Amino acid sequence: MGNIFTQWFGDNLLTYILIPVPILIYVLVFALYAVLGERKVSAWIQNRIGPNRTDRFGLLQTILDTLKLIQKEIIIPNRTDKLFFRMAPYIVFTSVFLGYAVLPFSSVYIGVDMNLGLFYFFAITSLGVIGVLMAGWSSNNKYSLFGGMRTVAQIVSYEIPTALSAIVVVMLAGTLSMQKLAVLQAGGVFNWFIFGGPGSAVKIFLIPIMVVSTVILFMSTLAETNRTPFDLTEADSELVAGVHVDYSGMMFAMFFLAEYAQMFAVSGVVTTLFLGGWQSPFGNLIPFLNTPVFQVFWFLAKGLFLVFVQMWLRWTLPRVRIDQLMTMCWKYLIPITLVNLFLVGLYIILT
Amino acid sequence: MAELRTEEMILNMGPQHPSTHGVLRLVLTLNGEIVEEVKPVLGYLHRCFEKHAEAMTYPQVIPYTDRMDYLNAMSNELAYVLAVEKLLGIEVPERVEYIRVIMSELQRIASHLVAIGTYGNDSGAMTPFLYCFMDREKVLELFEIVCGARMLYNYIWVGGLSHDITPEFITKTKELIKYLRPRMKMINNLLSYNKIFIERTAKIGILPPEVAINAGVSGPTLRGSGVKYDLRKSDPYSIYNKFDFDICVGTGERGVVGDCWNRYIVRAYEIEQSLRIIEQAIDSIPEGDVQSAVPKRVKPVAGESYVRTESPKGELGYYIISDGSLNPYRVKARSPSFCNISVINQISRGHMIADVVMILGSFDIVLGCIDR
Amino acid sequence: MEINEIYIKLKSVFGDGIGELKTDLPVRPFLFVDASKIDAVALFLRDEESLQFDNLSCLSGVDYDKDNLAVVYHLCSYSLGHQLVVKCLVPKQDPKIKSVADVWAAAEWHEREAFDLVGMIFEGNPDLRRILLPEDWEGHPLRKDYKVPEFYNGMKIPY
Repeated sequence: MGNIFTQWFGDNLLTYILIPVPILIYVLVFALYAVLGERKVSAWIQNRIGPNRTDRFGLLQTILDTLKLIQKEIIIPNRTDKLFFRMAPYIVFTSVFLGYAVLPFSSVYIGVDMNLGLFYFFAITSLGVIGVLMAGWSSNNKYSLFGGMRTVAQIVSYEIPTALSAIVVVMLAGTLSMQKLAVLQAGGVFNWFIFGGPGSAVKIFLIPIMVVSTVILFMSTLAETNRTPFDLTEADSELVAGVHVDYSGMMFAMFFLAEYAQMFAVSGVVTTLFLGGWQSPFGNLIPFLNTPVFQVFWFLAKGLFLVFVQMWLRWTLPRVRIDQLMTMCWKYLIPITLVNLFLVGLYIILT
Repeated sequence: MAELRTEEMILNMGPQHPSTHGVLRLVLTLNGEIVEEVKPVLGYLHRCFEKHAEAMTYPQVIPYTDRMDYLNAMSNELAYVLAVEKLLGIEVPERVEYIRVIMSELQRIASHLVAIGTYGNDSGAMTPFLYCFMDREKVLELFEIVCGARMLYNYIWVGGLSHDITPEFITKTKELIKYLRPRMKMINNLLSYNKIFIERTAKIGILPPEVAINAGVSGPTLRGSGVKYDLRKSDPYSIYNKFDFDICVGTGERGVVGDCWNRYIVRAYEIEQSLRIIEQAIDSIPEGDVQSAVPKRVKPVAGESYVRTESPKGELGYYIISDGSLNPYRVKARSPSFCNISVINQISRGHMIADVVMILGSFDIVLGCIDR
Repeated sequence: MEINEIYIKLKSVFGDGIGELKTDLPVRPFLFVDASKIDAVALFLRDEESLQFDNLSCLSGVDYDKDNLAVVYHLCSYSLGHQLVVKCLVPKQDPKIKSVADVWAAAEWHEREAFDLVGMIFEGNPDLRRILLPEDWEGHPLRKDYKVPEFYNGMKIPY
């Protein structure tokens, strides 16, 4: 699997410096406009107008917000563990950003096409929990500590259904490489893994299993990004803002950036695993729609749609309680995914 | 092996906290996330209402009552004014009584909408909050038409009202009734019967009826425990006995009687009953002058009166002692939120932090009313 | 039950513990109870079959006259629907009165408030601290002879 940058610049150091640049730019721009998007979506859901004072439709809103945040003094409370307190937001963001390395944006553009891509993604993004725990503990604030504790319990638990429902796809595809997973789903909507992936008519038995797996994966990723209804880390009505309580200025913005970056990252994984990655839904009927540039479009469109669903859920649902969250994970999601795993295994043996 | 024992943690929830509905401070003793004890600390919003009242003439106290339960100013005024009128022994014209009932029922709707909305917000659902505030806005517009103020009206006077209502008010009120019914259905679908919301509130903070009565809990909080007691029916004041409406109680439709969900849903039901009362009253307002009975000088004889009214939060009472001068000798406000919140320790032991927020929200407290 | 009947009934049980019945003042008649007997009277009022005052609607502390403070109990019965006003006079010199907090849980906070603002001591209240004013506040503001202090913790009070 080539990367267009290697083709252009050859296999040298410059290439490896250049490869992450478009992703970084994308993540920053996405985070800026996802914040605005979230505010607009929430406004429409709530019969409001939303930000509209800065440029048309408030297009400059988040840029100006960021400018304001940059100017703000970073207040570090007295009895914090200074080193950890400062490190935490960057660890959180870095771990999320590293996850982008294996997201296939197009057939010719992926950070690193490693053969353990999916595994790497889950491993590296769950490192973020260390940052959150650091933030929660080092703030020396009871609300932050609660937030940190909750996050760890939550993310560690939800790793399991996430991984198990991803493994269902891996078993069918026989690869962990994200790029190969995307390539495999060529040939239109019906070959996406949500509909059982490529295969003969027998795969009709797979469809219910895969749809359930998709939903579970999406739910677990919601929990991992700490979005409502699983935003117990922040839980503004109980923990004020959880781990963010003592952060201000750009350090707070880093948490925000990480959250939005992660929203898209997990959506990208769900897209790649189940929704055909960068594949055009029309398959090869319209070859034009499958050119590398359009592939980027499809990937972003699918990813952004999932991000929109996340926002939609956030502004509709109340929050669950921590024990209910755990109950749902251990008593419902994990057994269901295990059954799915078993059924898919059976299917593979029988066909 | 020695028994493993972890230390308890003291968490100060408030006075600045998003879900203590003001400046209430709860000192939580926690064992992990489990709450062992809740100690409310009051007084952060104490504005010396009772002391102020002693230095004012009787009508001058009315604006102070507005600011007690600021979401619910009409009912406060009504209770105070009824107490003074009882002391003076004056009869107010029928038209005034009708308008007072309409106003306090509108205020009940506004107050309950805030309660429902903020309760949704406490549970993490932001959207119902804004929907409820949008609808409340329409009620406030009606008040604005009548008296120009939106929150603190000084509208109900001793013996009368500050302004008469206009035909515009009547048509707009009728529109509001038509508008609110489907809206309430929507809010119920969005929040009240939401699975997650029910999971969060059902079987949480169960308040048995005997405990509730003994602790002086009143209003929707009491009725959520299944006690069919509403001062508008049980001890009618003003002209409430002329209207046909039901007392809504928690029935355990979801969860069990006396839990947070039942306390919450009583408010949603009561909005419908208030609409019924307004519907009956709005068409039969008699003609008359709203200020004909207003005394030139409010100077009651020495004596005392205690009037209890059903405010949206519960039983609101004013105990006024007069020594025959122009100023009241003593005004004591029996505030519903003050009594309601006193049971919070009893019913939130053993629940989690998140549940304490839900229990607190289900009382629908207003700190202005607690601290006075 | 009318207040006269209640009065007779109480008088027959408690004798001297029950003071006079006042009916001449507007608006509602009330009766006096001896401050040291109020807890027993309260228990009787709550538990007696024909009275059943299960709810303490309001408890107010009043600076009554020159020598006395008063505690006013507004009782009502949810089951029988009647109401009663009971007053206890407490001498200003030694403002002690029995608490009714174990009869009606509602009384606990009301007594704290009365203690806070008017300054009578409720013997037997489980947690008699200031409730509305800061814990280190001096004096009881609702007394008629209360003078607003100049300073509170170094802050000037009258603006």
